[in-house]
Amino acid sequence: MLIPCPYCGERGADEFTVIGAADPMRPEPDAPMEAWVEYVHVRDNAFGPHRELWHHVHGCRQWLVVTRDTRTHAVHGAEAARR
Amino acid sequence: MRLPTGGLIDRDRTIRFTFDGKAYAGHPGDTLASALLAHGVTLMGRSFKYHRPRGVWGLGSEEPNALVELRSGARREPNTRATVAELYDGLEARSQNRWPALGFDMMAVTQAFAPMLNAGFYYKTFMWPAAFWEKLYEPLIRRAAGLGRAPDAPDPDRYEEMHGFCDVLVIGSGPAGLAAALAAARTGARVIVTDEDARMGGRLLADRAEINGAPAHLWAGQALAELAAFPGVTLLPRTTVFGVFDHGTYAAVERVSDHLAAPPEGMPRQRAWHIRARRAVLAAGALERPIAFAGNDLPGIMAASALRGYVNRYAALPGRRAVVFTAGDDGWRTAADLRDAGAEVTVVDARPGAPALARGVRHVAGGRVARAHGRLALDEVELTTGQRIEADLLAVAGGWNPTVNLTSHHGSKPVWNEELSAFLPGAGIPGLTPAGAAAGRLTLAACLADGARAGLEAARQAGFQGQPLPLPSAEDEPAAIAPLFFVPGRASTSFVDFQNDVTADDIALAAREGFRSVEHAKRYTTLGMATDQGKTANVVGLAILAEQTGRTIPETGTTMFRPPYTPVSIGAIAGHHVGRGFRPTRRTPLHGWAARNGASFVEVGPWLRAEWYARPGEKGWRDSVDREALNVRANAGVCDVSTLGKIEVVGPGAAALLDLVYANDISTLKPGRIRYGVMLREDGFVMDDGTCARLAADRFFLTTTTANAGKVMQHLEFCHQVLLPHLDVAVLSVTDAWAQVSVAGPKSREVLRGVLDDAAPLALPHMSVAEVTVCGGTPARLYRLSFSGELAWEVGVPAECGEAFMERLMAAGAPHGLAPYGTEALGVLRIEKGHPAGGELKGQTTAADLGLGRMLSKRKDFIGRVLSQRPALVDPARPVLVGLRTRDARQVLRAGAHLLEPGAAPSTGNSLGHVTAACWSPHLGRMIGLALLSGGRDRHGTRIRVFDPVRDGDAEMEVCDPVFLDPEGSRTRA
Amino acid sequence: MGHYSLFSLLKNALTGNRHWTPAWRFPEPKARYDTVIVGGGGHGLSTAYYLAKEHGITNVAVVEKGYLGSGNVGRNTTIIRSNYLMPANTHFYEHSLKLWEGLEQDINYNAMVSQRGVLNLCHSDGQRDAYARRGNAMRLAGVDAELLDREQVRAMVPGLNMDNARFPIKGGLLQRRGGTVRHDAVAWGYARAADRRGVDLLQNTEVIGIRVEGGRVRGVETTRGFIAANRVGLACAGNTSRVAAMAGLRLPIESHVLQAFVSEGVKPMIDTVVTFGAGHFYVSQSDKGGLVFGGDIDGYNSYAQRGGMPIVRHVMEEALQLFPAMSRLRYLRQWGGIMDMSMDGSPIIDRTPIDGLFLNGGWCYGGFKATPASGWCFAHTIATGEPHRLNAGFRLDRFGTGRLVDEKGAGAQPNLH
Repeated sequence: MLIPCPYCGERGADEFTVIGAADPMRPEPDAPMEAWVEYVHVRDNAFGPHRELWHHVHGCRQWLVVTRDTRTHAVHGAEAARR
Repeated sequence: MRLPTGGLIDRDRTIRFTFDGKAYAGHPGDTLASALLAHGVTLMGRSFKYHRPRGVWGLGSEEPNALVELRSGARREPNTRATVAELYDGLEARSQNRWPALGFDMMAVTQAFAPMLNAGFYYKTFMWPAAFWEKLYEPLIRRAAGLGRAPDAPDPDRYEEMHGFCDVLVIGSGPAGLAAALAAARTGARVIVTDEDARMGGRLLADRAEINGAPAHLWAGQALAELAAFPGVTLLPRTTVFGVFDHGTYAAVERVSDHLAAPPEGMPRQRAWHIRARRAVLAAGALERPIAFAGNDLPGIMAASALRGYVNRYAALPGRRAVVFTAGDDGWRTAADLRDAGAEVTVVDARPGAPALARGVRHVAGGRVARAHGRLALDEVELTTGQRIEADLLAVAGGWNPTVNLTSHHGSKPVWNEELSAFLPGAGIPGLTPAGAAAGRLTLAACLADGARAGLEAARQAGFQGQPLPLPSAEDEPAAIAPLFFVPGRASTSFVDFQNDVTADDIALAAREGFRSVEHAKRYTTLGMATDQGKTANVVGLAILAEQTGRTIPETGTTMFRPPYTPVSIGAIAGHHVGRGFRPTRRTPLHGWAARNGASFVEVGPWLRAEWYARPGEKGWRDSVDREALNVRANAGVCDVSTLGKIEVVGPGAAALLDLVYANDISTLKPGRIRYGVMLREDGFVMDDGTCARLAADRFFLTTTTANAGKVMQHLEFCHQVLLPHLDVAVLSVTDAWAQVSVAGPKSREVLRGVLDDAAPLALPHMSVAEVTVCGGTPARLYRLSFSGELAWEVGVPAECGEAFMERLMAAGAPHGLAPYGTEALGVLRIEKGHPAGGELKGQTTAADLGLGRMLSKRKDFIGRVLSQRPALVDPARPVLVGLRTRDARQVLRAGAHLLEPGAAPSTGNSLGHVTAACWSPHLGRMIGLALLSGGRDRHGTRIRVFDPVRDGDAEMEVCDPVFLDPEGSRTRA
Repeated sequence: MGHYSLFSLLKNALTGNRHWTPAWRFPEPKARYDTVIVGGGGHGLSTAYYLAKEHGITNVAVVEKGYLGSGNVGRNTTIIRSNYLMPANTHFYEHSLKLWEGLEQDINYNAMVSQRGVLNLCHSDGQRDAYARRGNAMRLAGVDAELLDREQVRAMVPGLNMDNARFPIKGGLLQRRGGTVRHDAVAWGYARAADRRGVDLLQNTEVIGIRVEGGRVRGVETTRGFIAANRVGLACAGNTSRVAAMAGLRLPIESHVLQAFVSEGVKPMIDTVVTFGAGHFYVSQSDKGGLVFGGDIDGYNSYAQRGGMPIVRHVMEEALQLFPAMSRLRYLRQWGGIMDMSMDGSPIIDRTPIDGLFLNGGWCYGGFKATPASGWCFAHTIATGEPHRLNAGFRLDRFGTGRLVDEKGAGAQPNLH
């Protein structure tokens, strides 16, 4: 699998680590416990396009949001997580 | 016999080899199979279940039958296909899966029980008595099963890996592949051409076809010469592309030295290629399939195209009287070639009205072979009419299976084509275009044209411009086919999967028993699961299943092809990551110094760390460790702590970032001071602990545990880039930049005075940091902090100055009794002081469990803040950190023991916790330990049962405070 | 339908094997069942079997979109064991192991349960202590466990790389009752046994909707029409999230691909199941002679049943760290299974917020070995409406309460379990 790092170009997935869904947003500090449980534990587990966080750990060390289809592994794009 | 002329072998040279101990000779260009056939040897193996005699079926890597053990000793290669083993001088091969001999195999007695040993028989018996399965039945089955024997020693050969990049990858170098490669190369594209054969050319080497009016193999030679002259073209013979992975990545293995007795000096045995290709052309050809009829597995029965190949390419003709049993026109080509090689030929063409396509052969129109007769080899062919034909060769032409395997590697199933009676590529894989026979173009001119088209198209898609390749002149052979998969009759010896002994009967039985799904039938009968992965068997099996279940072939479906295309050596994939090279070894900047000073090293994650420094006269490691630990408490010791993760966090946003990351407050830390810090995971459990030194308002220096260095660095980057991207801050790993030592002990101040250029910073209070110089100007950092409970500093110097600094430090410390100590003594000192470390930081403990609950900040948000308050994480019954003290010097305490109430029965419910760390405390003269114990804080001073059944330990010990030494910390602050 | 035995084999052999009957029926779906199980894999089939056997509930359909056993029950490395640390796991998997031990006589099907031992190697003092802790936890639960030293390991497993390893082998944790089972046979055996007790096995029937009215489940929409049921149990690991989403549920689960490998058959060379402690690798040898082995998940969410070369390389490297003689053997086939990776590495067997809808998923690496106990506990949960003591630790609400069953301490990152 190749990940198109916006800084380094297409690189093998073995240069990266991935931690899963990019969409859950860290709740506000005063959010209720349920929101935090949801943020940390619950996932849409998309069947299809999936926005996910990849870290170019053996490269530029940037966290990326990669949109990838979980059915086919086709990558639709990647951008820096810091936007 | 070897034909007097012809063939692409070098008759000027002779190669000697042995098979089952008997000496033979062949020529360069031969395979083991062709050389044996040239000697008239057709019996080469025994089948898996019934031990039936078997000979060569195919010409290449699809071979299911002729499997041998090649080479010997540590280089023994079981299950090697004789059809792809190139001859070399001294080659040794042995038949396998027979006892005592290939010609007389006692195990063949199983055939007598064949009616009971049919598909799935083992699921229906061996159930009583239950204990007999492991003791009796299974050992017998295991010994009888298997094929060859694994080598009995580590592999002496080397493997390597290579990364290849190209615009167009051409898989296969037959007519379609060569045309594709030429068309692509002429556009200027970078092209890699692979072929699993030693000699490129594919069927052009095996058929008597003509291109441009000359033998086709000459055209192949010219094409290859032209390709070789392009600087951007790489030709890889002996290379199998075995898997297609995501985004145009292809895995291949090159057999660099397998055609030699041993790899030459400096050369690998095999090389794994990881190829990234913008586009690829699959020109892998097609394989001929068998027809199932009784006795169709006897040696002497071969694929018609394979037999033709042995005659044309190797000038090997393993018989005299040949029958060609064909379902289409193609068999006639074999008939003609056999005739011209001098054999007597009868063509049994299953099509009643088909015309004879060759002269000088007998023709049985509309005939079918019902049964083959013979014991160890074919004697006679019996037709359905009862007619018998004496024969020692039977060439079977059942039609072609395009080699679509790679197109299925992403899950797309092949699609049945009624006209060709064959599966063609389905939706396939983006960027991979099948061409030639692999795409169902089964004739020469069509292959050339299709290859040229596909090659040019691939190059264009990769961004190159070019003109269509002028096609060489060639003709399309007659290629009509009337599908024929099996001849009804004695189905119990009509083999479908030769190697796994799956018969037409087995498939019928599977269907009868409800295993009607093609996947069920495959798994129930093991059809297609042998080393050839169904390359020859699958379609015939499917056709029989379809008939048995009253469905068409497309209704019945097909199984998936998965990587690898052909079996691949495990060593080739592992490459050089073997033995001690499995993973990189990290050495600290002080490694050399430690090695010169008697250190023993221990693996700590990727690192090697000094565990102790033995001195003459010490009888065991405990002597060294006790001495080192006591010396720290009495004088001073120095320990290499360079492996700790070291991170600098720099910028105006540094404090804000660290406030999020650490559970305790960091922004309130004053420049020049150090704070012990705890990080939680977002789920509320402790992730890591360490120190955080504020070098300046906008500059922090963090240490992490050795084990978590990478994880913490990644976490900091996550918190910055994903959670707080607006912060102006940089996070830098500086672990490798510093050689860092801990100097600990009551005399450490005196020791350091000897190396610091200015001793004033030694007066700074505990938990302070200063930038200093040592040894006459070397920049250094001085951190006053203590892990051992003694007066202590850590000193960091640039990594390249580490060893020199160590020498100076030791010299300066000698008058004060300074001695190095290793990780074992470090562990003793920290247990005596009750500091949490590896055994306590397992990702399952909370800050409160470790007695650090008060550190959790109440004035800010931090990672893990909310979820650390979940009910189970604040349950008062949670095990908490305590000390354990043995009752006398003889009691043994080990980490991993569980804790029970004295007198309580051992049970899961009664386990109150476990011992996380234990050591002999030379200071206290007994073993002590740390433990996580439910209700632990209320149990100080009570007894607990330390239960360690896996090491026969069971004793009562005393629970105490985890700090065994100087709870007030006066030594540290001295 | 006949009873399987040596006698039946003999009898059928003498009559040309023409009288064997189908192992299961191919029924038409009824309009209504008491219970519908979604998923005809190992867990769904065993659930149906135990519903019938233990609870007398036989008006049951198992709805399977492909063929029986087409999921992970046929795509694993066939290992069974109960060598777990966390009490919820130890007791549950031990119950499973006990069911495995009597399975074949119970269902009259030889699944080749082979208790050849499972040996976890350790490579550091700290790891040995962690294994001791786990072994002691097993012993406290009444499970067999032995801690072997280096020399005992050497004696037990010839061919192990004791002398040239990057991470030296220091010992191991052995569970002799662990072992392997012929995976497909488990699905077929349970299917046949459930069918014999009246369960309808509906193959090629895909669930495309779950009908919920007033907070109660009413049945499932399938490609063969609506099937009504008061109770619906989901046992479709790999696709749990997708199917649960039909009822509006979001779960603490991600789908990941786990690859496995088999080598060409060779004569017996590895007699026990061996796992590598300085990586993630496990190997055993099948009765057919192939070495069956696997490693880590690829690490990214995936529903494609295939993985990539980086993990293949890791696995092969790890293989050779343990058994250098495997270098010249060839691997024959690789495949990928889609696994439910839960957020703490442990499964979920529970009710759901929807009345009558029950959930069984999140199996991570542990699904195959759990097959009997999973079905047994799920059947209990469906039949009684409450989890059994053995699956009480596997409730869905544990993520909220923090009562996690995190064997490795990896936290809420599924690809680290």
